[in-house]
Amino acid sequence: MLDLIVKKNEALNNQYSLLVLTSPDKLPEMLPGQFAEVRVDNSPSTFLRRPISINYVDYEANELWLLVQIVGEGTRKMCELKVGEVVNLLFPLGNSFTLPESKDAKLLLVGGGVGIAPLLFWGSYLKERGYKCNFLLGGRSKDNLLQLCEFEQFGDVYTTTEDGTHGEKGFVTQHSLLQGSNFDYVYTCGPTPMMKAVAAYAAKTEAICEVSLENTMACGFGTCLCCVTDTIKGHVCVCTEGPVFNITKLKWQI
Amino acid sequence: MANLDIKIGKLQLKNPVMTASGTFGYGTEYSDFMDISRIGGIIVKGTTLRDRQGNQYPRMAETPSGMLNAVGLQNKGVDYFINHIYPTLKDIDTNILVNLSGSTIEDYVEAAERLNELEKIPGIELNISCPNVKEGGMAFGTSCLSAAQVVREVRRVYKNDMMVKLSPNVTDISEIALAVEAEGADSVSLINTLLGMAINAETRKPYLSTITGGLSGPAVKPVALRMVWQVANAVKIPVVGMGGIMNTADAIEFILAGASAIQIGTANFIDPTITGKVIDGIDDYLNRHGYSSINDIIGAMEV
Repeated sequence: MLDLIVKKNEALNNQYSLLVLTSPDKLPEMLPGQFAEVRVDNSPSTFLRRPISINYVDYEANELWLLVQIVGEGTRKMCELKVGEVVNLLFPLGNSFTLPESKDAKLLLVGGGVGIAPLLFWGSYLKERGYKCNFLLGGRSKDNLLQLCEFEQFGDVYTTTEDGTHGEKGFVTQHSLLQGSNFDYVYTCGPTPMMKAVAAYAAKTEAICEVSLENTMACGFGTCLCCVTDTIKGHVCVCTEGPVFNITKLKWQI
Repeated sequence: MANLDIKIGKLQLKNPVMTASGTFGYGTEYSDFMDISRIGGIIVKGTTLRDRQGNQYPRMAETPSGMLNAVGLQNKGVDYFINHIYPTLKDIDTNILVNLSGSTIEDYVEAAERLNELEKIPGIELNISCPNVKEGGMAFGTSCLSAAQVVREVRRVYKNDMMVKLSPNVTDISEIALAVEAEGADSVSLINTLLGMAINAETRKPYLSTITGGLSGPAVKPVALRMVWQVANAVKIPVVGMGGIMNTADAIEFILAGASAIQIGTANFIDPTITGKVIDGIDDYLNRHGYSSINDIIGAMEV
């Protein structure tokens, strides 16, 4: 549990903010896929912490990035934090994405909406280790496509929007990229229907597929037992056994 | 340093701060955050005779100043506890109690017999108040007759300390407390969660898979405090108070109302070091007010 300081809080548009946090001390090691439980102060209607994916870590600048979508009062307060204010975080929590066995593996990272958040950190981590990434990012319209410039630093970027305002029109699973080529590994985070469609594509093409779940939770470290998902081992906590799961472990009908 | 030692039934606690079942795992989950042996007593996750998968997701909804849960006693059963969890807990220098629940009286009795064999488990918290299971649980704790019956049967086989956890979902909680006291409970703890529900107006769907669930957090504190005061005035055995305790002042309120010890529950989710802060805070309170012992303020509300 650490108190971090707001270094920057940039509204990306009226729905999303990029919250950049820092500390006088060196930030702990974090892994792509992990998350933080953020305490929201000064909001009487916000009682529990908010689980937020780690979007990016810049160890040199000692920065932790959180991409925040305004969904309710808690996230609204987070987006209103001022530079210099202190935020209490429990982190890093949860497991991480699995590194592919071969550096030649063809990798596809599929994100939808705010679900792109952990994929930026994962993409940077993969690139640093000599892997080549393809990012397929989807949103309702171009306003929901975020951090495209950042993603371009770490691999090739493809986009879809439901209204056709950016990239190909339609859902991510309808993108032409998926028609021609097969991938060895598919990683995805976003709305559940999207992840299920991506998982079905991965299963059909025999790709190894990991999904990052975001069930509602109270504690974030395996004691409240509220965030469970149904797996072949029964109910397990998404916060400790996940948030990243290989789809072969989940009981998804795909 | 004031004297924080307190006797609760057959238990000797180093301070009056305990953790509420279902909010502190098996204790060891919190070792990363603090020295858990500082805590007066740790009550581990609700345990049943056989393993339970619990209810379907979603199991949680945040509500104003609180949360609803519908976990449904997910646990791996008493034998798993004895074989795999107990060895990791037995050397922790504090009182570790097992919260015990069941669907039938036979289940309670059989599990209690097995727990009775564990040398380093000084007591059980008999849970007759879980609102999230279809059979048993709260059903036992909402009538004097069935509460008395389950306590009587478990008392026959269980020789160590037996704290009985009461449900607030009753007309008169004092009657239930008196009924379990008469059957040999060493203490009572209260309150378990209040039955509640929440609906998403936009989707017209309930937030919980079970529709109803148990409300906890500061929202329930005034109700809990009132019930602790009523029960403390009715029974002779010690009362352990809980319900929305978030800080030292909340804990002190419960003690002034008549609780000999308190349990911290939902607050553990928000600040995993809260128990240590409240222990220090109670010591500070006693020093500030010139009391030498925690015993001096139990039930000391001035009317």
